[in-house]
Amino acid sequence: MESQLPAEFIVNIDHERCRKCKRCVMNCSFSAIEFKDKVTANNRQCVACHRCATFCPENAITIIHNPLDYKDGYNWSPEIRKNILKQAESGGIILTGMGNPKPYPIYWDHMLIDACQVTNPSIDPLREPMELRTYLGAKPEYLEFEGNNDVSLKTELAPQVKLDIPIVFAAMSYGAISLNAHKALAIAAKRMGTLMNTGEGGLHEDLAGYTDRIIVQVASGRFGVTSKYLNSSALVEIKIGQGAKPGIGGHLPGEKVGEDISKTRMIPVGTDALSPAPHHDIYSIEDLSQLIYAIKETTDYKKPVSVKIAAVHNVAAIASGIVRAGADIVMIDGFRGGTGAAPMIIRDHVGIPIELALAAVDDRLRQEGIRNRASILVGGSIRQSADVVKAIALGADACVIGTASLIAMGCRVCQKCYTGNCAWGIATQKPELVRRLNPEVGADRLCNLLTAWGHEIQEVLGSLGINAIESLRGSRERLRGVGLSQETLDILGIKHAGIGQ
Amino acid sequence: MKSDGIPSGCAISGLMSEDGRRIGGKVIIRSIACMHDRSNGLGGGFAAYGIYPKRKDMYAFHMMFDNIQAKENTEEFFKDHFNVDKDEAIPTQRQNGISNPPILWRYFLEVPENKLEFLSERDYVTKTVMKIHSEIDGAFVASSGMNMGAFKGVGYPEDIGSFYKLEDYSAYIWTSHGRFPTNTPGWWGGAHPFTLLDWSVVHNGEISSYGINKRYLEMFGYKLELRTDTEVIAYMFDLLVRKHKLPIEKAVEALAAPFWKDIDRMEPQKKKMAIALRQVYGSTLLNGPFSIIIGHNRGMIGLNDRIKLRPMTAARKDDMLYMASEESAIREIAPDLDEVWSPMAGTPVFGTLKAGVE
Repeated sequence: MESQLPAEFIVNIDHERCRKCKRCVMNCSFSAIEFKDKVTANNRQCVACHRCATFCPENAITIIHNPLDYKDGYNWSPEIRKNILKQAESGGIILTGMGNPKPYPIYWDHMLIDACQVTNPSIDPLREPMELRTYLGAKPEYLEFEGNNDVSLKTELAPQVKLDIPIVFAAMSYGAISLNAHKALAIAAKRMGTLMNTGEGGLHEDLAGYTDRIIVQVASGRFGVTSKYLNSSALVEIKIGQGAKPGIGGHLPGEKVGEDISKTRMIPVGTDALSPAPHHDIYSIEDLSQLIYAIKETTDYKKPVSVKIAAVHNVAAIASGIVRAGADIVMIDGFRGGTGAAPMIIRDHVGIPIELALAAVDDRLRQEGIRNRASILVGGSIRQSADVVKAIALGADACVIGTASLIAMGCRVCQKCYTGNCAWGIATQKPELVRRLNPEVGADRLCNLLTAWGHEIQEVLGSLGINAIESLRGSRERLRGVGLSQETLDILGIKHAGIGQ
Repeated sequence: MKSDGIPSGCAISGLMSEDGRRIGGKVIIRSIACMHDRSNGLGGGFAAYGIYPKRKDMYAFHMMFDNIQAKENTEEFFKDHFNVDKDEAIPTQRQNGISNPPILWRYFLEVPENKLEFLSERDYVTKTVMKIHSEIDGAFVASSGMNMGAFKGVGYPEDIGSFYKLEDYSAYIWTSHGRFPTNTPGWWGGAHPFTLLDWSVVHNGEISSYGINKRYLEMFGYKLELRTDTEVIAYMFDLLVRKHKLPIEKAVEALAAPFWKDIDRMEPQKKKMAIALRQVYGSTLLNGPFSIIIGHNRGMIGLNDRIKLRPMTAARKDDMLYMASEESAIREIAPDLDEVWSPMAGTPVFGTLKAGVE
C-alpha cells in the first residue's frame, strides 16, 4: 500500500542554475534525488541531511519544510497525527536516532555564570597559566606522608587517567558509527590528550596505536570483550544504561554486520547483534561489584573502572551504590543523550535531565562523604563549552560529548542513524558512504572544536578569577538561576540571580 | 587621615619572635596603623599568642554576645560541656570610633574526661565552636585556642587595639588586620582574624574558589556560617594539618599549589607528591587574590596566591620575623632590618618557634 504520509521536506532545485552535473544524485544516500532529463526530487525520501545542498557547486538546491498545513489543533499536533498514520500503516514501534528533540526545559540555559569585578580581579588567560588538566579515578580521603626532613608519599593512589581538557568523546560503537568515524575520534583524542570510547562494539585492530586514549566498554552484549581488549585501554567502562534509551537494550541489524564488524564483535557475519536490556549476570548491586572486581583483577588494578548509567528518577542512590560497589568513575547520561537507534517512545519520554541528575548525585556523594571515591562524568546533550562550565560548576569532573563530536565531523542531526544510510559517512557501514569521511580531516575538525572550547573555558575561568579547573569543580556559588522555581533551585543547589553571596 | 573610599584591599601585619620573647601589643598597633588607608573602618583585629601563660593548658574562649540572653544560653551550654575554670569580662576601654560593641567575655575551659570517649579533645572543642555558631542565637566565638586570643571588632584596627587595651598584653606572635569589606557586611564577628582552636588567619583578598572550598569542608562536618570567605582558610589548616596530619609544608602546597607546567619539570619524587596533592586536594586550592598570615602556637606562616595578586613583604631581624602588606608597616616598628624581601607567588614564609621554647 502506498503510504498516505505527506513528505516532510520539499527539495527545490533551481533549474536556471543547475548545470546537470549530477553531483547531488551521487551524494544523496536516501534516494531522494533522481535524474530524469533533469534533476528531480523525490520529496518523500528527503531527510534534510543537507548533503546535496552542501555539495551542489551552483548552490541550486534549497530544502524547506513541506508547508502543508494541518487543521489547527494544539493537542493533536501534526507530529502526533503523523506518528499515528505511520503506525496504522506499519503496526510497528517508531524507531528514531540522535537525542530527544522535544521542548523539555533545558536547565543549562537557565543558569548564569559569575564574573569578577574590582575586589577579586579577573585573570587574563592570554597572560597567565589557565589550567584545565583533570585526573579521572578514585581519590583517597587524605594523603599520608612519611619521613621528617626528607618527606615522601606513603599513600599509593588508585590508577588515574590524565585529561588535558575535561571533555571526552562519548561511547559510540563501531557498528553504530563507521570505522572512519572511530579513527577520527581516536586520532583527535590522542592529539588533544583526552579519551574516546569504543562503545559496546569492541575495538577494531586499526585502533591498536591509540589504546592509551581509549575507554573500552563492557555492555550487556559483551561484544569483543577479551582480556586483551580490557587491557588495551586507558580505562574500562561497564555500560548499564544509556540516556537515550534507559532500561532497554540495543539491536545492530544483521545487514550491518559485515566481515570487519563480525571480527571486532566476535559474532558471525550477518547475524543481528543483540544487547539485552539488563546484563544477564547483573541483577543487583552486588553482581555489579563482582563484575567491577573481575575487570580489576583482569587488568591487575591498573585501570580505573567506570560505570555508566542513564539518569533516572533514583539516580543519586544508584550512583552512591555504584561508588560503594567499587567503581572509580560514575558516568551519568542524561535523557537528552543521543543514540544510533531507539524507540521514539523511550527516547522522548524516559529518564531525567542531566543537570538535575548531576546535582543530585554530587550532593548525595558529598552527604555520604564519598565524593572523592569516584570521578563524575556527565553527558546527555552537552552542546557548547558553556554547558561544560556549568556542569563542572555543578560538580562534574568532566563532560562527555557524542552528538557535538558527530556534528563536528559533518553530522546534520537528521535523526536517521538507524537507517544505515548516513550520507556523511558517520552512522553507516556502507563502504561507498564510509569513505566520504576522511579520518584525518574528521580528526582535525574534532581537534578544532576541542581547542575552541578549551579556549572558551579558559576565558570563563579567567573572568571568574580562578586559574585552575578544580577551583570551578562543584563551586555552585558561581552559578545563579534565572526563571527557575525554588524547588529546582534547591535541587541544583544554586541561588536565584539577584541574590549575592 | 581620611580614607578616600577607593577599595585598596585590606592591610595585614604580623610579627614573631622565634626565641619566644614576649612583645607588647603597642608594637603591632603601630605597624597596622601605618597602613590606615588600606582599611575603611569596618573591621580591625589582632591575634596574640602566649598571652595566657597561667592558664596555658586551657581553652581560652573569647566570646561575643549580642545580648544577655545569648550570654546566659552560652554559659548554660558551657556548664554542661566543660569545666569552667574562670570567666571574666574582656577588659576594654571607651574609644572614639568604636560604637555598639557586643558583650565581650572570656572563659577558660577544660574538657571533662568523660566527654572524650568517642572523639579527641580538639575535635570536641571544634564541634563545640560549630555548635555555638549554628545553635545559639547571638553568640559568636572570636577564638578558642590555648594560650592565645583574638581581639577584633568594627572600627579601624588601631582604635580596636586601644579599645581592647592590647598594650597590657605581651605575645611572641602578633598578627593584625585592617578591613576594607566590599563583599560581606561589616559586623563584629566578621572582622579578622578568623580562628579555630589555635589557628588564626588574617587575610587580604578574596577567595574566588570559596564555593568549592566550603562544600569540601562541609563534607568533613565543618559548618561555615560566618558569611565570609576567610574562615575556610582557618578550617582548611585544621583539617589538613590537625586531622589529615599533613606536614605543614604540604598543607601549604595544597592551598597554593604549583602550576602543572612547573610540576611537570620537577624531579620524580617531588613530582609524584605534587601531582598526588593536586589530585587529592584539588578542592582545597585557594584560588583568587590573597595574602594571608596564619598564626598557630608554634609559629606563623605567610602565603600569597599562585600569581601574587595581593602584596606581601617579609623581613628578618635577629630572632624576629615580620610580614606585612607594605614594607612601610615593618620599617615603622623595625627601621633596621637584616633582610627584606618580597615572597614569590605561592611561596610560603615560615616562622617557627625554637624547639623547647614555650
